[in-house]
Amino acid sequence: MKKLRLRFSRSQLCLPYAVFLILFVIVPLIVILYYAFTNGQGHFTFDNFKSFFTNANTIGTLLYSLYLAAVTTIICLLIAYPTAYLLARSGFKKQYVLLMLFIAPMWINFTLRITALKEVLSVLEGNLSDFPFLNSVIGLTYDFLPFMILPLYTSFLKLDKSLLEAASDLGANKFFVFLQVTLPLSVPGIVSGVTMVLLPSMTNCVVLEMLYNKTYIPGSLIDSYFKAFDWNRGSMISIVLLIIIFIVTLVTNRFSDKDGERRTIL
Amino acid sequence: MNESNNIIELKSVRKEFDDETIAVDNFNLEVKKGEFVTFLGPSGCGKTTTLRMIAGFELPTSGEILLNGEDISKLPPNKRPVNTVFQKYALFPHLNVYENIAFGLRLKRLETTVTDKKGNTKVKKIKLNKYEIDKKVKKALEMVDLEGFEKRSVSTLSGGQQQRIAIARALVNEPEILLLDEPLGALDLKMRKEMQIELKNMHKRLGITFIYVTHDQEEALTMSDKIVVINDGEIQQIGTPTEIYNEPVNTFVADFIGESNIFNGTVVGKLKVKFCGATFDCLDDFELNDMVDVVVRPEDIKICAPNQGQLKGKVISTVFKGVHYEITVEVGKFEIVIQSTSSAEVGAVIGMRVEPDGIHLMRKVYTVNKYDGVITKTNTVQFGDGEFECDVTKLYPSSHLDEEGYLITAQGEKIDLTGVEVDVEIDTHDIEMSDDKTAGGVVGNIISMIYKGDHYRYIVRTEENEEDYVLSCPDLWNTDDRVSLIIPKEKIKLKFKATEEDK
Repeated sequence: MKKLRLRFSRSQLCLPYAVFLILFVIVPLIVILYYAFTNGQGHFTFDNFKSFFTNANTIGTLLYSLYLAAVTTIICLLIAYPTAYLLARSGFKKQYVLLMLFIAPMWINFTLRITALKEVLSVLEGNLSDFPFLNSVIGLTYDFLPFMILPLYTSFLKLDKSLLEAASDLGANKFFVFLQVTLPLSVPGIVSGVTMVLLPSMTNCVVLEMLYNKTYIPGSLIDSYFKAFDWNRGSMISIVLLIIIFIVTLVTNRFSDKDGERRTIL
Repeated sequence: MNESNNIIELKSVRKEFDDETIAVDNFNLEVKKGEFVTFLGPSGCGKTTTLRMIAGFELPTSGEILLNGEDISKLPPNKRPVNTVFQKYALFPHLNVYENIAFGLRLKRLETTVTDKKGNTKVKKIKLNKYEIDKKVKKALEMVDLEGFEKRSVSTLSGGQQQRIAIARALVNEPEILLLDEPLGALDLKMRKEMQIELKNMHKRLGITFIYVTHDQEEALTMSDKIVVINDGEIQQIGTPTEIYNEPVNTFVADFIGESNIFNGTVVGKLKVKFCGATFDCLDDFELNDMVDVVVRPEDIKICAPNQGQLKGKVISTVFKGVHYEITVEVGKFEIVIQSTSSAEVGAVIGMRVEPDGIHLMRKVYTVNKYDGVITKTNTVQFGDGEFECDVTKLYPSSHLDEEGYLITAQGEKIDLTGVEVDVEIDTHDIEMSDDKTAGGVVGNIISMIYKGDHYRYIVRTEENEEDYVLSCPDLWNTDDRVSLIIPKEKIKLKFKATEEDK
């Protein structure tokens, strides 16, 4: 009997993804673009954008979310950096178990995690709505910390130990070794950690809502516009966010590109 | 300063790792200022660990490392006036060539005496200024022939260039000792030869003490003033390249440095040694009947007419090696390698001569008897002119024997081991002597006995093939006593020959 051979050309192999891409990425993008630049009657207009950038309230949501995301990212970095360093550098035989413990929250259902956090916080604070900003930062940090630890951990693991030895051989004490070798070489880890925490925490309105933070962020704005069937303004804010994210990625890509070149010799 | 001109001394240095493996033991070494010292040994012998202890990356478990007479063994690397060239260069990937070389200079503080306005003198630590750093970096780049490379990223450099930068980065700090950890290991042959010459020149020009680690014996012989041959964490021999090559102290050194023929020999008279079935004159004086290792360099064996030589054998291979031919000759059961400028035809019978100064004798260190054996059907093993009961089930884990004497493996496979060749090992204290000629597996005469403080060491030789058994025994026997040897079957260690294992 002849063996049945399955052979696909490259173009055939990428067909499933192409279908997915068109249905769920390109078509929705076109729809969003259409709504963002039209009014309720379907006429072309810039009014949606004009009203967003001239209204202090809507600009406020954007700044607030940026501020919240920045604080969250910095706190995540401050917690994750030493943790990842210790995890990767220590001679623990149970290194991976420890890493798992830090990563495990990622595998637990999001709603469950935040609800549990809510209970803990209400015991500590009494009325949750008294500390909306603090609670949001705690919630977001709790949610996104693993995304900061993982890339940092990997970049510390990759760090060639002989570089640290070379630095101390050339006269650097422990502090200088860290400052001049460890820190600069962990920049790619920092950059990808920051990207992975900053962007999602800018738009994650669910955490805020669950922790009774009534302040609007762009994510919640979109939600409220869509709930009121105002597709046009909702789409407009999506476009604004898209552009911000695009710019941030562009900036961070610069760092990681340079790094790709460096890594080749490590 | 100490009176001697030793720049560094290692005194009974020992390094034990956390998992209790002993990397370096009883390491004693003196290095003079300006010397080029090479640590030579196979990988895992402890040479790199020793270097790392001098650099300060590892702390010795015990012992002292003295630099100019002061103990530095507990100092961190940044406090030691030594610099290292790493095996894989370890250049900083985030810095360019200039910054890599300037790394050490920027951290350097010069102690200078300053007189202030009131006339008080103070010792101040000051940084090198930009101009000084610039000058030194330029000079270092010049030294390694890479002028104009300042702004280049290190990742754009070739292996050889990176190696030069690594050397420049270390030398720019003007260390008292430069440590080099297999620095040329990653380069191709041609590049390696070039760098060897360049390093040697640099050493001559700068007068800095070099400590060089390598497993390449040729590299060590070409470059060093002094070679330290290391094996299993212990120094085997210290000497100049010529001494190491011409007067190896044991078979390990002889085997590791250059090509060698190594034979088992016996001293049969004053300055006479017997090996390969012939008696030779030699220059090393040993006691009569001493068992020795005989080392003969391939180039010390001269080819002559079959009837004029001390040895006669058949050529089994001839390989042209550029300057010389490498000829392998079969003499009885021995194989001898000869290097000669003249060729010999395969199959031809030739004679061989060895002058007395070409024969190096070394005292054997006895711990174990080794024989080539053959397993026989009745689960006995034949070796050394005798036949002994043995436990063949040890050759296969959890196997057993059936009633007919066949071996059944753990998987239930039936194996006939008859005729299989094995390596046999017996510890010297596992052999017993007996007056009853039928009690043991072999009969022989005691040819030598040496009192070793608390026991005697005997050598028993069989008549048929003159096989020797070395054994330790607290009881007194007499030379020329005829004894039979008893070896308990569980003390006979069997191992498949390498080729049998492959099957």
